[in-house]
Amino acid sequence: MIEVEHLTKRYGGQLAVDDVSFTCEPGTVTGFLGPNGAGKSTTMRMICGLTPPTSGGATVDGVPYRRLGNPGRKVGVLLDASAQHAGRTGREILALAAITMGLDTARIPERLAKVGLDKTAARRRLRGYSLGMRQRLGLAYAMLGDPAVLILDEPANGLDPEGIFWMRGLLRGFADRGGTVLLSSHLLREVEAVADRLVVIGNGRILVQGGKDQLLGEAGTLVRAADPAELDSLLQSMGITGSRSADGSMLVPSDPQTIGKAAAAAGVVLLELRPAGAGGLEEMFLRLTGNGHGDSKLEEVTR
Amino acid sequence: MSVLTENRAVPLGRLTVVELRKLADTRAGFWLLLIIGLATVGTSAILLGWAEDAEQTFSGFFLFGLVPSAVLLPVLGILSVTSEWSQRTALTTFTLVPARSRVMLAKLAAGVLIAIAATVATGLLAAVANLIAGPLGGDASWTLDSSLIWQSLLLQVIFVLMGIGFGAMLLNTPLAIVIYFALPTVWTVIGEIVTKLAEAAKWLDLNVTSQALSEADATGGEYARLAVSTALWVIVPLVFGFIRVLRREVS
Repeated sequence: MIEVEHLTKRYGGQLAVDDVSFTCEPGTVTGFLGPNGAGKSTTMRMICGLTPPTSGGATVDGVPYRRLGNPGRKVGVLLDASAQHAGRTGREILALAAITMGLDTARIPERLAKVGLDKTAARRRLRGYSLGMRQRLGLAYAMLGDPAVLILDEPANGLDPEGIFWMRGLLRGFADRGGTVLLSSHLLREVEAVADRLVVIGNGRILVQGGKDQLLGEAGTLVRAADPAELDSLLQSMGITGSRSADGSMLVPSDPQTIGKAAAAAGVVLLELRPAGAGGLEEMFLRLTGNGHGDSKLEEVTR
Repeated sequence: MSVLTENRAVPLGRLTVVELRKLADTRAGFWLLLIIGLATVGTSAILLGWAEDAEQTFSGFFLFGLVPSAVLLPVLGILSVTSEWSQRTALTTFTLVPARSRVMLAKLAAGVLIAIAATVATGLLAAVANLIAGPLGGDASWTLDSSLIWQSLLLQVIFVLMGIGFGAMLLNTPLAIVIYFALPTVWTVIGEIVTKLAEAAKWLDLNVTSQALSEADATGGEYARLAVSTALWVIVPLVFGFIRVLRREVS
């Protein structure tokens, strides 16, 4: 269980994290989404007691991280897979963690095998690891103390598609056994398949959060008209504000039936009309976090 | 592992074991230790090969043999702190042990232990060299004033802790190494040039005050001067370094 309450971090005049609150329940995977620089990493570092918050707080199983005497046994953390000594072997990195946590180092070969690192890789120094191998080592590191909570910052970074698939299975299994997972990404597709809940952050603020299915359902309707201007005026007359994507289609916060009926009555020719679904979530995510859409669009979609 | 021990703070002994291991488990650390060992052997070889017969004594081998570790062990101390930041391991170190002061205490303990180990190893090496010196015509006497053992040990510990202090204060490997070696020397030179500072240098120049430890039976006055200069060069950097490490945001 992770509880984040009104976490705020200010650097000078810049609000990096602004009043962020969410809860991660046992048995669930929470996808923490946002573009680079949205405040995901800062939020996670604050949860792990590495960065002091300006205000607000976070607890893991009801205890602030810094008061967990031996946190590695409760929370597995992977914030940056490359933040390891380049001159240490993979096995040595895990050995240091095991000794620190008071665990037998005998478990290390099995743990390395579990994340797909063989004996050769175990003896290699980290400088010779690809980013994907570092992520695998980082996952083994985070799970070494058999914690009930995992906090992972962009763990899919550098993994190949097969690796991402494998990691999904690993995290899904972990949550299904009652574990709590907080998993960040700047790509919705990466977490969509495994997350139960989504927390979307942009410019330090939570834009939207909720169950994935609920958010998918609320993603709206995708509609494309032969004449975009006609569609615009139709939506305007209905009091609906949509958002346009690059291919000329509109994402509107309404159901297909309502839009279809109104279009028929107004004689607007539609080329496409369907529930936005996962694509809509992606669309929404891109708009919420995205490039070149501006803040006004962001406001439209979030209300 | 029982449920009870799971959430207790990580014991300092365990952290010290980890910090000792970290001194030697990287290439940089391993080579540094190896070089110290080889250089110490080298000091004995130099004395055996080129020194006057009368200088080839156990105490001669021992005191000269301590020079490499006195010079290079502090670098290991510097690396033990600065590498956490330059290699960014501080992120995982302080994630596993949020009480940063305990990690720093473990580093100090590891530094003291490695200084003791180096002194003992140098003693053993000096004994071997002295055994060789006898048949080769050296003096080979075994007299070593007991005060020298403790004073040598103290000197090693002071330098290692000074290294850790400089490392913690600067948190940057090349900068800390350069400043560690340059600053005291600059201070010594200034103390010699500027006559007004000569009196202050007697108390504040660690290069001067520590010399007393190389001769048997340092006096109370010499210890007082050593204490003052150690406060300046070891305690002050350690205090500032601790504060910096405890406060610095890890990213």
